[in-house]
Amino acid sequence: MSDLPTDLYYASSHEWARLDDDGLITVGITDHAQEALGDLVFVETPSLDSSVEAGDACAVVESVKAASDIFAPVAGVIVDANGRLTDEPELVNTDPYGDGWIMRIKPEEPDLIEELMSAEDYEHMLAAEEED
Amino acid sequence: MRQDQLIFDEGRPGRRARGQAPSEPVDTGDLPAESLRTTPPILPEVSELQVVRHYTRLSQKNFSIDTQFYPLGSCTMKYNPRAGNALAMLPGFLDRHPWAATAQSQGYLACVHELQDMLRDVTGLAGVSLTPMAGAQGEFAGVAMIRAYHRARGDHGRTEILVPDAAHGTNPATAVMCGYKVRELPTDGEGDVDLQALREAVGPRTAGIMLTNPSTLGVFERRIRQMADIVHEAGGLLYYDGANLNAILGKSRPGDMGFDVIHINLHKTFSTPHGGGGPGAGAIGASERLLPYLPIPMAGRDENGYRWLTEVDCPHSIGRLSAFMGNAGVILRAYVYARMLGAEGMVRVAEFATLNANYLMTRLRAEGFQVWFPQRRASHEFIISLKREAKELNVTAMDVAKRLLDYGYHAPTAYFPLLVPECLLIEPTETETREELDGFIAALVAIRQEARRDPELVRSAPHDLPVRRLDEVRAARELDLCWTPD
Repeated sequence: MSDLPTDLYYASSHEWARLDDDGLITVGITDHAQEALGDLVFVETPSLDSSVEAGDACAVVESVKAASDIFAPVAGVIVDANGRLTDEPELVNTDPYGDGWIMRIKPEEPDLIEELMSAEDYEHMLAAEEED
Repeated sequence: MRQDQLIFDEGRPGRRARGQAPSEPVDTGDLPAESLRTTPPILPEVSELQVVRHYTRLSQKNFSIDTQFYPLGSCTMKYNPRAGNALAMLPGFLDRHPWAATAQSQGYLACVHELQDMLRDVTGLAGVSLTPMAGAQGEFAGVAMIRAYHRARGDHGRTEILVPDAAHGTNPATAVMCGYKVRELPTDGEGDVDLQALREAVGPRTAGIMLTNPSTLGVFERRIRQMADIVHEAGGLLYYDGANLNAILGKSRPGDMGFDVIHINLHKTFSTPHGGGGPGAGAIGASERLLPYLPIPMAGRDENGYRWLTEVDCPHSIGRLSAFMGNAGVILRAYVYARMLGAEGMVRVAEFATLNANYLMTRLRAEGFQVWFPQRRASHEFIISLKREAKELNVTAMDVAKRLLDYGYHAPTAYFPLLVPECLLIEPTETETREELDGFIAALVAIRQEARRDPELVRSAPHDLPVRRLDEVRAARELDLCWTPD
């Protein structure tokens, strides 16, 4: 079973989101997502200062199997992107919840993060997908 | 097995293949002195025999239709009959200069014109242009035509192209290249596009939808007429990606399904060479309302015979995609193929392509492989998922694909479509015998036994090829494609 920290929120498109003390939301992809994608070869980080709606495609991860969009889990402005991923895309595989973070968003309404799934709900969703 | 050197490394300074060199110094004409190079180019310095051996050896290491079964899903790797090649190489075709007078090009123009008509009839559209040089350029032309249509009507608010999540990656890429925003549509549990999601997605911003039918899931989109109505009522147009045309050739026509524009990969369905460095052919067909926008050059016919249509004849054309009909030889091969088949033969292509796929699917299912849509009839291709094997044996679809190479079969398409975990997309095509299909089934069964008995054998495949398992991550991250002298 993949690793699912309980202090994070999860989107059905397999991003995680965390509201930090400075009011920004850090976003990455889940352990399950990185495992399904396989070894990453390229990460296209989002453009800074762009406004995004929840669900907007704003970054791309490319693995040996596939290229996938990363969707903004909340609306806001992208204020930071993980520059290390340009040279070290493998960080997303080795440390998806830590050094493999993808972007930071200044949310319009920080509380809306609570509309995302809890670790428990996300785990149920994965289990249901597994049964298909 | 002998490891090959690069051809550069086989050479010695000063070695030449004089028999192949020009006999006289090359006349550089009126090129100015500053444009002439002063140092010789860096070329391999090898003998003629070294060149022949080098490339012959490389060619013998290739997997190809001429040597192996090649069930690469969504690519239609069928056998290209030799006749197409022989006839396209007739001196009259081969030696025709692009500037040759129309009166001296009537034979070639007639072939182009007839092929345009045959493709028009078999797809049920109003007209066809053969000018796109590849499937990707055909797609680009098609979406550019959709854009031109909306613009000509002053309908500038249409900024979105809808693309099902099962689509070929080229579809969203094309839409973006033409300046559109892509909106993805989900697939339902039966493999059809989710109609409710389509209804919610269409509107005044919809420029069109790009669709493959049968889809990349290997099933026919059953509600295509309803989809066409929904999109048309919203003012959008329908683009048909012809990648899977082999499944329905002569049986069912995209024009009748309601499509407005289609590209046809002649290298798939019409048996012209796949790849090989030469031009491809992404012929494009248009419905009545998109007809004026077809790209040129196209062949036309009037009382004086055949001639090339120009901007004067087609003032609304999206323009020229090539200066000449640069893929003349490819078009001739498709022409010969279409004429050899005739309308009846085209129906047999679809029937046998579908029969072969369903035979393979049924047999593999009986052998216990997980067919992804067991309740659906396969089109010309189908999906098996090795999800169970991956979980229980830790042997992935890619491992099985690599092991198939040891058994002498080209691997099916792996990990596409993205919707299906651990999938292999298998397309046998109509040109394979039952014995060949049975051999492939036996190989898959044998590999699964190996995976149970000795999983490492499968995980570390291939074992019997000139190269072992390639490092895909390193290949993608550390691109090193240019040879430079030490």
